[in-house]
Amino acid sequence: MAAPMIAEWSWFVALAFGVSFIKCLLINAYHSTDFEVHRNWLAVTHSLPVSQWYYESTSEWTLDYPPFFAWFEYGLSHVAKYFDKEMLVVQNLNYASPATVLFQRLSVIFTDLVFIYAVKECCKCCREDKGKDLLGKSSFILATLLLWNFGLLIVDHIHFQYNGFLFGVLLLSVARHFQKRHLEGALLFAVLLNLKHIYLYVSPAYGIFLLRCFCFTQNNADGSLQWRSFSPLRLVALGLIVLSTFAVSFGPFIVKGQLQQVISRLFPFKRGLCHAYWAPNIWALYNIADKALSILGVKLKLLDMSKFSKASMTGGLVQEFQHSVLPSVSPLITLICTLLSILPAVFSIWRRPNGARGFLRCMVICALGSFLFGWHVHEKAILMAILPLSLLAVESKEDARTFLILSTTGHFSLFPLLFTAQELPIKILLMLLFTIFSFSSLTKLFSKSGPLLNSVEVAYLLGLVPLELICEFVYPLTSWQHTLPFIPLLLTSVYCALGVLYSFIRLYLSVLTAPSTTGKAKSQ
Amino acid sequence: MENWSLVSVCVLLGLTTRWAVSFSSYSGAGKPPMFGDYEAQRHWQEVTYNLPVQEWYFNTTDNDLGYWGLDYPPLTAYHSLLCGHVAKLINPAWVELRTSRGFESAAHKLFMRTTVLFADILIYFPAVILYCIYLSDGSSKRKVATALCILLYPGLILIDYGHFQYNSVSLALTLWGIVGLGLGWNLLGALAFSLALNYKQMELYHSLPFFCFLLGKCIKQGLMGRGLLLLVKISLTVLVTFALCWWPFLSDPQLILQVLHRLFPVDRGLFEDKVANTWCSLNVLIKIKTLLSRDTQLLLSFALTLLSILPSSIKLLTKPTLWQFKLALVNSSLAFFLFSFQVHEKSILLPLLSVLSYSMLPLLLKDGLLLPYTVTSLAFLYLGVYLLSALDRSPEEELRLGSCALHLVFLQFTVSLVAMAGLSFTSVVLEPPARLPDLFPVLVSVFSFLHFLAMLLYFNLVQLTEPSSKKSQKKTN
Repeated sequence: MAAPMIAEWSWFVALAFGVSFIKCLLINAYHSTDFEVHRNWLAVTHSLPVSQWYYESTSEWTLDYPPFFAWFEYGLSHVAKYFDKEMLVVQNLNYASPATVLFQRLSVIFTDLVFIYAVKECCKCCREDKGKDLLGKSSFILATLLLWNFGLLIVDHIHFQYNGFLFGVLLLSVARHFQKRHLEGALLFAVLLNLKHIYLYVSPAYGIFLLRCFCFTQNNADGSLQWRSFSPLRLVALGLIVLSTFAVSFGPFIVKGQLQQVISRLFPFKRGLCHAYWAPNIWALYNIADKALSILGVKLKLLDMSKFSKASMTGGLVQEFQHSVLPSVSPLITLICTLLSILPAVFSIWRRPNGARGFLRCMVICALGSFLFGWHVHEKAILMAILPLSLLAVESKEDARTFLILSTTGHFSLFPLLFTAQELPIKILLMLLFTIFSFSSLTKLFSKSGPLLNSVEVAYLLGLVPLELICEFVYPLTSWQHTLPFIPLLLTSVYCALGVLYSFIRLYLSVLTAPSTTGKAKSQ
Repeated sequence: MENWSLVSVCVLLGLTTRWAVSFSSYSGAGKPPMFGDYEAQRHWQEVTYNLPVQEWYFNTTDNDLGYWGLDYPPLTAYHSLLCGHVAKLINPAWVELRTSRGFESAAHKLFMRTTVLFADILIYFPAVILYCIYLSDGSSKRKVATALCILLYPGLILIDYGHFQYNSVSLALTLWGIVGLGLGWNLLGALAFSLALNYKQMELYHSLPFFCFLLGKCIKQGLMGRGLLLLVKISLTVLVTFALCWWPFLSDPQLILQVLHRLFPVDRGLFEDKVANTWCSLNVLIKIKTLLSRDTQLLLSFALTLLSILPSSIKLLTKPTLWQFKLALVNSSLAFFLFSFQVHEKSILLPLLSVLSYSMLPLLLKDGLLLPYTVTSLAFLYLGVYLLSALDRSPEEELRLGSCALHLVFLQFTVSLVAMAGLSFTSVVLEPPARLPDLFPVLVSVFSFLHFLAMLLYFNLVQLTEPSSKKSQKKTN
């Protein structure tokens, strides 16, 4: 029976190899300061004792990921020493010898194996399509959308990060929940939180889902909660898993009394509302509205220009943004907004859980909500919504529609990350590749029920082309490039924010109007 | 997925691979005084932009032929002129006479790489797409797979985007010629191939099949009547094309002679470096390079080339079909590669490109760009093997040698792959013994040579044993 199995998955291996080859070719491409960040962490974890890891600050890129990631870098550093010992010296700031670049790039490509495995597990959860040719199978489409995801490729293999590895853990945890192996899924997520704490964004979805669907073993006939089916044993098991993971991770630091230092490194709230490049979220629109109103107010003589700080009128994208007209925004406000935005969805899966799919949908909403309303959000965080949404996109037409809009705008908003001339063709080619594939394959998959996007949505997406031309080609040739250099970034950010917000609303509507799974009393 | 989107995906993959390879170093980077092929191309832009046409091929105070003198036909020179004009617009320092020698910068590299990409998009990609759609066999999926294989062929990508050359232009023009002839547009085919010849004289490798195919077609249509008319039209097309390309040189026979002298450097000896052809391999056993005089060498190589090409050409003349044409192209380029004078290893691109149209995988190609080479070769081999095994095909019918022979071919092929992998690995990792410093390159050359010889014999056999009665001809023209 092994032979047919191998034949069945040979296309998967081909996809995985193909994308790995492209990744290898990108080894010599531009890399951002994140490269130095990780080199520094290799050096710090290798050369210094554990007690120094979160105190070390020779380099400005201090360790700001949780302990498991530090251990991960420690493990990598033991392989690194065979490539170039010099990269492990903390004082060698910005050290980037060819061997260093090769090692770091290969480490990302290699750890992507976790992602590849996770994608395979997710594909197994796809519904069977018998009788369809390979290119029309939902598992094939899903595998390509995930393995060849444009955002992941350029953020991980050009800009430089380890998102493939981390998203692999996330998707594996999701796959385990689909396969009803909930304890494994919970363990994986706990581990993930201790690898990169940004995944706290989606922890409400996990918490509520596990509580609702795992700790309560049965539903009533109409699908509502059966309070009496609460299983303390399961709750304890979950609690044990989560607590022990955190204990292993933070234990050494608590023992040494360093917990506060670690927390302060992990959550540096001194940074501003927005990143230097505004992520396409609500606050970008808020900032723009504030600027527009202030200009309007001055023109209409309603406001006194002398009251504004100089920076707010002519300054571009600065981190500490003083709002002139609208009220300023503090971290607490963003937290409240985020919680408010995800509460209805979380409440909805509590009342009417839709199994693992409902959980996934809630997770995407949590990720998007946090992206839209969070404090100092990086545009890369959009991937946390796009990747899980891919799983839903191959199964439902509505989700496919949302996915196309979100992925195209989300990916486009990543363009400013690669600003060098040499990478321009790559980012355009890869973007076209992914977009053409996703559109044509999803359209074909759902071709029976009419066109996927309506004309307004198509017009919006097509508008990205002139936007790119203006920002990348036309604007630099004008005189404004020197006086107002931030305008292209601002335009990109604001334009994409509209698309992201729209996708958020669509997803919410699909959750709130979803029919509940009625009838059977499910035992889990 | 729709066909157009599949084709777009293939094109985009091809372009992405090309541009990613271009990140790597180019020939002669940072190696004064001569640098490499990259500098040669830049120098030609400088020479053609600044000097009048009559001086391009001559040794003058401004044009030192010893420093990368022009040794390609005029069309390459005009292309360089065009690029030179663009370069001047962007940064005049790139093409300043004499002072721009050895100019290297990130912006300049970007410019040069862009010119290659541009030429590819304009000429090569359309040719490949058209070829696969109209002239290859199989279902549409198989055609797309063939297109992907051709577009991802590592040899061409590495030479053009790594090492730095414009081979894709001449190959593309030849491909346009093949497409033209295959679709029955004889004049277009003749025109395209004439242009190819005027771009790189290496295309002479393919000239005999083109000639025989066209002549064969004319004969078939009857030399008294339509055939004669066709012959006249084709000859006129070719002559006019050549005249237009050589226009500035036609005024003085001295000019023409000098250009020819640059194009065919008979002074440089039977071969240079390690190349996988007969002479280099023979030289391992008998030092023919030193034994025979230069004239004897010339005569010997000319005679052998002609002899090895004769059977295939005559067959094509008597039976001018597309299939025969394709086979003849392979045989001709292989024969030229193996036996002619002053062959460079890059010339293997021509027979290999021909061979590709039968979905056979190419052989090893030596290059200095180890990383992209390993990656693209592995990718290509893997993808090719995967795609071939996954799709339907009926090569047994086509190759007409029985399934037993086919299995033999694949067995030998696997063995070759393993041996090639082993050779690559050892030549990178191990140090050769001191007495034989060239051991690995020579081994690779000889190994490849034996393969090519085998291929020559095999394809000749296939072409010549095709019965004259039409069996299952899918192509008619």
